[in-house]
Amino acid sequence: MNILAIDSSNLVMGVAVVSESRVLGELMTNVKKNHSVRLMPAIAQLMKDVGLTPGDLDRIAVAKGPGSYTGLRIGVSTAKTMAWTLRKELVGVSSLEVVAQNGRYFDGYIAPFFDARRGQVFSGLYTYRDGKIVTVTHDRLVLMKNWLPELASLGKPVLFLSNDLAKWREDLSALPKAVFGGGPQHIPRASELARLGREKDPVPDVHHFLPTYLRLAEAEAKWLARQEQ
Amino acid sequence: MSIDLDRKTMILAIETSCDETAAAVVENGTIVRSNIVASQMDIHKRFGGVVPEVASRHHVEQITVVCEEAIRESGIGWEELDAVAVTQGPGLIGALLVGVNCAKALAYAHGIPLVPVHHITGHIYANRLVTELQFPLIALVVSGGHTELVYMKEHGNYHVVGTTRDDAAGEAFDKVARTLGLPYPGGPEIDRLARRGNTAIDFPRAWLEEGSLDFSFSGLKSAVINYIHNERQRGREVNRADAAASFQASVSEVLVKKTIAAAERYSARQVLVAGGVSANRQIREEMALAAESAGLPLVIPPLKYCTDNAAMIAAAGTIGFLKGRRADLSLNGSASLSIEDF
Ligand SMILES: [Zn+2]
Repeated sequence: MNILAIDSSNLVMGVAVVSESRVLGELMTNVKKNHSVRLMPAIAQLMKDVGLTPGDLDRIAVAKGPGSYTGLRIGVSTAKTMAWTLRKELVGVSSLEVVAQNGRYFDGYIAPFFDARRGQVFSGLYTYRDGKIVTVTHDRLVLMKNWLPELASLGKPVLFLSNDLAKWREDLSALPKAVFGGGPQHIPRASELARLGREKDPVPDVHHFLPTYLRLAEAEAKWLARQEQ
Repeated sequence: MSIDLDRKTMILAIETSCDETAAAVVENGTIVRSNIVASQMDIHKRFGGVVPEVASRHHVEQITVVCEEAIRESGIGWEELDAVAVTQGPGLIGALLVGVNCAKALAYAHGIPLVPVHHITGHIYANRLVTELQFPLIALVVSGGHTELVYMKEHGNYHVVGTTRDDAAGEAFDKVARTLGLPYPGGPEIDRLARRGNTAIDFPRAWLEEGSLDFSFSGLKSAVINYIHNERQRGREVNRADAAASFQASVSEVLVKKTIAAAERYSARQVLVAGGVSANRQIREEMALAAESAGLPLVIPPLKYCTDNAAMIAAAGTIGFLKGRRADLSLNGSASLSIEDF
């Protein structure tokens, strides 16, 4: 099975092509540049480099969020259009779960997170068990000051993986058993996304596949609040 | 530049610049094989206007659905397509990105050329779905986002000779409607109400400096809003129908006179009107009368081609395609974009 993996959900932009369990190629950048400009050329370049044409693909895996709303839409629009028009399978994978893969072999909990401004983070809880990373609690949008006591109450070491670690390092250090990943461990890898995409079930309906924003549009939230009054 | 208008073409176009998710297939630039529009109007109604983030989210929901419908209804296969055309801008950037990335994925997946289209050229070319264009021509594009007079001496050659210095005409309609307590979108509501009113209130007409073909609607908008507030403050009931009729008369008079003046200055052989506001009954009627007495052939497309749609993008994209205009896979959406570069 040939899988194309696409992640443009956060600062990192990654594309990978995996055939069976062999990683044929991967492109990744971790710089603030426009995903909309660079994603499709990266896909075309990588496919060419590994000698595949669009028709050779069997499945497309996309990082479905949480993340930047715009980044998510770029990746998801690209992935669902390709899957639909080429009649290929589509798999959506949590963007946090992709980062969590970098905590393999860690004894304790793994808490990947993305900064979500205003004291909030997108985070989830994972652990390494029986040779793979499993989900402990679902991804959520949470205030870091509420998330930390929850993690402390687990009583086990927590490995923090985040490209936004610098912003939160001081707050996290207050946690007695905090462990910080290093360098590349904070970076989501599209090849891991492809591997997860191979294990998971494809979506039943490509047309209705949507990003997982984990947050309402501000206007919608305000409108709902007014209705409740 | 000479282009081969007789060349057979089949173009799929995608439009997501505002709150309509649209796809269409057009043959030879004029024959509409399919024209699918998923409107979000009902969704944005409760917010009193288009919310960009909400619009962008809905585009992701609809984009492949409208494309599939457009292809299915056209009865063509992917191998018959000559190009994918897409609105590059101007518009809401988050909304544009959905269409642009979808179009790029289609172009890559099927190995077909990608043609970027300026949204306003789409509105102008909506007219070519109705009748052949005669050059030189003057086109008035008037909508919620635009008020522009464009001079064209030949196909695919655009020169802006007048534009709004503040609000678009449609924007003024929406804001006045809101002050009058009318639901969004305000244009059709004001049009309806104005039919029952008299032009009893003397609202200003912004002609700007002598000979200018530019527009300005913010002064008029403020005058109407001030009038309504003043009346209410004095405890007088506002005659909403009269206010609507008087406001609309001012907008219509300025649009019509400047369009005819532009047509005469540039010796136009045809006058085109397009964009959502051209659905307005009074503007249509007065433009028709003025064009007739000036001896100018006037074209206004039917309503389905006035509001945002992808058939018009395909029509304009066909000309771009014939001119050899192509984008590579790094094409990006652009909130503001000059029509003169197209
Ligand atoms: Zn428009």
